Amino acid sequence: MIAIIDYGAGNLRSIANALQKLDADFKILHERDEFKGVDRIVLPGVGSFGKASQKLEESGFFLLLQEWIRADKSFLGICLGMQLLMFNSAESKDSLGLECVKGTNRRFCNVKVPHIGWNNVQYAPDEPVFKNIDQNSYFYFVHSYFIEPDSQDYVIGKTFYGLEFPSVIRRGDVYGVQFHPEKSGETGLQLLKNWVELC
Amino acid sequence: MLSKRIIPCLDVDDGVVMKGCNFTQLKKVGDPVELAEFYYRENADELIFLDIGASWKNRQTTLNIVENISKKVFIPLTVGGGIRNIDDIRRALLAGADKVSFCSAALKNPQLIADAANIFGSQCLVISVDAKRKGNSWNCFINGGRIDTNLDAIEWAKRCEQLGAGEILLNSIDADGMKSGFDLELTRLVSNSVPIPVIASGGAGSPEHLYAALEIGQADAVLAASILHSATYSISHIKQYLTEKGVKVR
Repeated sequence: MIAIIDYGAGNLRSIANALQKLDADFKILHERDEFKGVDRIVLPGVGSFGKASQKLEESGFFLLLQEWIRADKSFLGICLGMQLLMFNSAESKDSLGLECVKGTNRRFCNVKVPHIGWNNVQYAPDEPVFKNIDQNSYFYFVHSYFIEPDSQDYVIGKTFYGLEFPSVIRRGDVYGVQFHPEKSGETGLQLLKNWVELC
Repeated sequence: MLSKRIIPCLDVDDGVVMKGCNFTQLKKVGDPVELAEFYYRENADELIFLDIGASWKNRQTTLNIVENISKKVFIPLTVGGGIRNIDDIRRALLAGADKVSFCSAALKNPQLIADAANIFGSQCLVISVDAKRKGNSWNCFINGGRIDTNLDAIEWAKRCEQLGAGEILLNSIDADGMKSGFDLELTRLVSNSVPIPVIASGGAGSPEHLYAALEIGQADAVLAASILHSATYSISHIKQYLTEKGVKVR
């Protein structure tokens, strides 16, 4: 069972619609004690890093998610949900991330911000999450900050917007995507399907 | 590299797509859900759904349509028309909209932009600016272009960004419905004045017009209604033309 984490940071409708379309077994999690039976987690999120971090704390999800990620259990962070995998962010300097990947989040400069629209993802070979997806396919992005990991070890997808930034990361079974697969047409649905089918 | 976006606009009144919807393939279809699916398959980059009736008695009809579209169309969906306050925004987002668009409500109460940005995030706020030329500048109009606010359109667009708008939907009232091209001067001025994306609207009659809005007007996206609804040009035709001209599209 996939759980979409609802911690009050944005609309879960789109991701639920996409998983429904794929006939995936999922539920929306509002409280921490509903965790039983869940073996995969989707962490969506819009808004600011600081507010999301605070809401994860308040809803009791923060420590649970940290444990989940440390245990290398199946996880997909989308947009801000990916940025939260880092240690911190320039957006909210005093707020903590989930500390899965060493590094921070930086704001774009010298380009229009937010980065809104369809952009290419160049992905590493032999990544099962990109099965049946063309190299440099377009995905839909909406964000002002991007992740900046200390090492490139976990980066499996890159995108160019004024500079090259990591758009997909993977550490074991923990994935993060900066774009919105649920809003990236058939290509996005294929990526979600691939993730759902990973064992 | 980021591509330029082509955004079909569905003008809906009381559950039916209104404007020039004489598709050859879809002659009997005035149904917004079917049209949305049609454009999705045609490779539209986003969709904008405007409730042009926007009367409260039909509000539930509109939200039901939005809900049905969002279950079938997996590209961003913006909903506008009749949005007056935070509750209206929340209802549209909960029904499945990814973004909301409003014009008059923002001009009457600019704080609404800041409040909405704080609650829902700038990424879902597409502030619509309806501009009409007055001598050497442009004024903002409200209530569907009927009332002049005497506010300079470029100054207002900048203010919207400062308040927390994520994108500007720029409508030229002079060019709207004329099919003779966008107001390129206005588009370029606004696009160069704000650090957020600008969607050009009003005047699209041919792929050349879209090209001019993107290249000369420096818009980040273009809205198209009748040029697509009349089926004179398909989205793929337009994108092929733009690609040949060196514009990056999906």
